Amino acid sequence: MNKFISSIHDYFSPDLSWIPQQTIPQVTHVEKPLSHLLSGKLFLPYELPEESLSFINAHFTKVPAIEKHWWGYRCRRCGNQKKYLFAYMPCGDQGKKCLYCRKCIVMGRVSECTPLYLFVPSVQWEKVKEACVWKGRLTSFQADAAEKINEVMAKGSARLLVWAVCGAGKTEMIFPGLATAFAQGKRVCLATPRTDVVRELLPRFESAFPNVKIQALFGDSPVKQADAQFILATTHQLLRFARAFDVMVIDEVDAFPYHADVSLPFATRRAAKETAGIIYLTATPRPKQLKEIDSKKLPTVFVPRRFHGHPLPVPSFVGCFNLRSSLKQERLPEKVKAWLDKRGVVTRQLLIFVPTISDAALVERLLHATFSSITAVHASDPDRKEKIELFRNKVYEVLVTTTILERGVTFPSVDVIILDSGHTVFDQAALVQIAGRAGRSPTDPHGEVVFFHQGKTDAMEGAVEMIKRMNKRGRKIVDALH
Amino acid sequence: MHCINCHEVFMQQTFWSNLFLPDKRNPVCDDCRNKLIFLTEPVCPKCCRPMDKPDLCLDCQSWGGNSDILNKNISIFSYNQAIKDIINRWKYRGDYLLGKVFQYELARVFNQHYKNLEAVAIPIPLSKERMLERGFNQAESLAGFLDIPMVHALTRIHSEKQSKKSRTERVTAQNPFRLTRSVISPVILVDDIYTTGTTIRHAASLLKEAGVKEVYALTLIRS
Repeated sequence: MNKFISSIHDYFSPDLSWIPQQTIPQVTHVEKPLSHLLSGKLFLPYELPEESLSFINAHFTKVPAIEKHWWGYRCRRCGNQKKYLFAYMPCGDQGKKCLYCRKCIVMGRVSECTPLYLFVPSVQWEKVKEACVWKGRLTSFQADAAEKINEVMAKGSARLLVWAVCGAGKTEMIFPGLATAFAQGKRVCLATPRTDVVRELLPRFESAFPNVKIQALFGDSPVKQADAQFILATTHQLLRFARAFDVMVIDEVDAFPYHADVSLPFATRRAAKETAGIIYLTATPRPKQLKEIDSKKLPTVFVPRRFHGHPLPVPSFVGCFNLRSSLKQERLPEKVKAWLDKRGVVTRQLLIFVPTISDAALVERLLHATFSSITAVHASDPDRKEKIELFRNKVYEVLVTTTILERGVTFPSVDVIILDSGHTVFDQAALVQIAGRAGRSPTDPHGEVVFFHQGKTDAMEGAVEMIKRMNKRGRKIVDALH
Repeated sequence: MHCINCHEVFMQQTFWSNLFLPDKRNPVCDDCRNKLIFLTEPVCPKCCRPMDKPDLCLDCQSWGGNSDILNKNISIFSYNQAIKDIINRWKYRGDYLLGKVFQYELARVFNQHYKNLEAVAIPIPLSKERMLERGFNQAESLAGFLDIPMVHALTRIHSEKQSKKSRTERVTAQNPFRLTRSVISPVILVDDIYTTGTTIRHAASLLKEAGVKEVYALTLIRS
């Protein structure tokens, strides 16, 4: 009976006891770089480096890649347990059939007859004293959170959610904690669902921690082998790791696809050591995380003010009930036109969010008469990077965009409007993030945020409420300080 | 039902045949299906290459026109990014199930052109090494979709991947096949891609030498 209950439990929260216990391996001086390169990873038989076979025979563990349960199968690499993502294929000459996982097939096929090779020792990493050379100062809001992060990273075996508003300076807050971790000789991973965030963070960390070896891993990254003490990676890359990291930081934990793809949290859990300290960073927690915060299961620290100390701009709603029909007739809605006229000539640039790619092209065309320097971007635009760069350099006055620019980008001084903010692509998190694009610079901490809509949605009201709540929380702390 | 290519849920159009259970022969959603481009007339009557008018293409003329060892090749799809992605995941990444994307169309085209031949299907083989690496032969799984007997009459000697070679290297390459058993009935060679036609003709020449009267080919893609 107990077995039955535990197997049901296993369905909902995968058991990782197939990973061998972590021991300190007997490694010679010559083998040390090799142990750094191979530690904490899963290998397919053909991925093993042939030249180090003796090391592999001595230290590696072989486990079946697919688990069988009475409720079905689970892939041990990606955690997939959906029946339609498994299939049979012929195996050998005897007409035998063999189950394989279709979900993680792009990383090499995992099947019933291919074992996974693991090497999960507690390899000693270098103890780097005073690794952080960043000379900036944290604000009192940041310092409070930084202290808590430091504690979790130093002690381990704990989780912490950092709920910091857009533009709070999340990256700087983890610097002191990282310095402590490196001084203790810990291995650290900062993972995020988005490739462009990894790309952007690498130079910042390299200049702050020049004495620590840092590698960035993403789909088409130049670096493939991970043997650095500090790994920056997309969450997909964690599918290759097991019990590798003493400290795990997950940035933008609410971003796509992390919250939608169950294999990513699974991989994160496996990639962290059992004694790891895990930090989640987010500006817009999903309902699942909010529930954990409310039930006090997940310790949380709030950073309700931006680093420049000003509150977040609160979006205003403008009802515009002929919005869709006007756009269909290739006219700019009256209310939008009126708002643009009222805005007049300002120094701020204008960022316009629209729900679909075709809307982006249409709005760009409609506004061409009003603004001379205007352009539009979307996810599959080949010139996306260049256009964003040109907008940042103020070559363009107006940028029309789909939700791709909702997070991770900073423009110093913009007004933000959304056309058709009631559309389903703008969920609450997206709206808060979009509103957070305005007023990010200390020299211009205010910016206008306007939602043009055809009827308010729960997401819109929820977003405004979330922003107001954070501002209120921030005001309280400011008042307490004075 | 989940589309086997994009994994999204989709609804099949309802017929009497799938009123109670989804039709497993057609497990691809319309979005994915519409990304595949069918070859349309006019094509070269010999090799199915898209042409301005239905004349013999230059390649087929240089293969010898009417004295060509290959009687005819029928292809189904033209080469585009979508089919390239599917083939890539199916053949190189090894997602065996994806072959089913083509099952329905392959059977349909077979019935349209080759039904009354009373032929046997011979899949273009992989070398032992390649077979071990991939775990399955894509041509064999295509041949398995046809309603005629399959004969393993050829073996292949290991060489560099076809897709890594240039055109001249391909056309002048040595015959990599060996015949392992004799065949009398007409033959349909089955493969995934027809590019220069050299591979198919290498196999066809061995069969012709061994006395097979008619050699046809059925390939998925004409690139």
